[in-house]
Amino acid sequence: MGKGGWPFAVAGLGLALLVWGSIWGLAFAPREQYMGDVQRIMYVHVPTAWNALLALTFGFGCAVAFLLRGGWRWDARHEAAIEVGVVLGALLCFQGAIWAKPTWGVWWDWDPRLTTTAVMVFAFSGILALRRFVEDPARRAVWSAVATVIAFVDVPIVYFSVNWWNSLHQLQSTPATVSSAFHWPLRINAFGVLFLMSGWIWLRARLAAERLEGELAPPLGGIELAQRQPLGGTS
Amino acid sequence: MSQFLAALRKDLLLQWRTRSQLVAVFVFGASALLLFSFAIGPNAAALREFAGGFLWLALLLASTLALADSFESEMSQHALEGLLLLPADPRALYYGKAVANLLQLTLLGAALVPVMVVLYDAGTARVPALLGIIVLGAAGLSAPGTLYAAMTAQVRARNTLLPLLLFPLVVPALLGAVKATSLVILGDPMGQLGAWTGLLVAFDVIYWSLCGLVFERVVED
Repeated sequence: MGKGGWPFAVAGLGLALLVWGSIWGLAFAPREQYMGDVQRIMYVHVPTAWNALLALTFGFGCAVAFLLRGGWRWDARHEAAIEVGVVLGALLCFQGAIWAKPTWGVWWDWDPRLTTTAVMVFAFSGILALRRFVEDPARRAVWSAVATVIAFVDVPIVYFSVNWWNSLHQLQSTPATVSSAFHWPLRINAFGVLFLMSGWIWLRARLAAERLEGELAPPLGGIELAQRQPLGGTS
Repeated sequence: MSQFLAALRKDLLLQWRTRSQLVAVFVFGASALLLFSFAIGPNAAALREFAGGFLWLALLLASTLALADSFESEMSQHALEGLLLLPADPRALYYGKAVANLLQLTLLGAALVPVMVVLYDAGTARVPALLGIIVLGAAGLSAPGTLYAAMTAQVRARNTLLPLLLFPLVVPALLGAVKATSLVILGDPMGQLGAWTGLLVAFDVIYWSLCGLVFERVVED
């Protein structure tokens, strides 16, 4: 397999694990006593939560690496990680709402983790918008890296402040609080989403790097294009 | 330090000379306060209960106008570039601008308080405490706000981008300020005021140091 195929392989492995874990979780894992079948959304919800945080943390690491050491590769990875993190975070909110309606009776609740996730998704969406609106690649890279550092520092403060404000969410699940019958589908799916996310970030970073290459290249291509299409010519 | 004072003096002078803009921003904030009461309806008890939240929302909305303006003059005719070439310390420029914005937002918040008191019947005898909360909350808005204004002033779609970046970020400061203001207005039987003020102070300390640290990277070319 050539070097270009690896991210596809990683994402494919992730997808396969996700299908395996989900079939196990949906069809073979026991029903939860109080919540019934609704609880089965946990098999994707919890892995999504872990990996959304992981993707944004990786994005933060890339932003710090870019600010301290420079290097366009870090900018490309930063863009990819933030984008995948925002997608996973938005998915997380939707899955949570689907679970919350039958369980708590409401789509949304102002509990610390929900609120923090929503704030996080909005904060990092803003950074994606910032990247879209800055044309100069050098400025875009530095500014969005600065914004990521600032937003990432905010996440624990938001969590802490909202925690004071209100609380209702379930306590964190640990192997000690989850019966062993539920472990395996959850673990398989966690690795499934992890590999899928890694493959996505990898592919997305490659796209970003290709675009950067075009933006940073000397404007020879532009001159050629202008020669081919003289001013006033039809296009 | 002298550079910081010079930058602060320059920004305060700029604000003084464009004071009609500040009046316009105040009228914007006051009309927002007026509109919030239409969203609730003429329920005096509910209005009084939510007065603190409305005050801070009005100040937050008005602050995006004030903050966006604060870098407008730096961008026209490359004034900021000229300052950096002097060379002026970017940190002095940042803190000068941030303190000037803090003073402006404090003034704005203090001016909105009487409007809130009249419209929502939300008076309080604890004026120094209320002013202290306004200073702390305005500091929470101005530190990241000044940094983001420096970025968005140079970008198209700046009017959308500044609130998009700033609003999610200041959630803890907003929460702390609203809670503390409500406790001052409605009474504080559980003694929670200290905790919320502490949160505000912590947010301010973190962002005043962090934003000053990274500002240099934002304006460098």
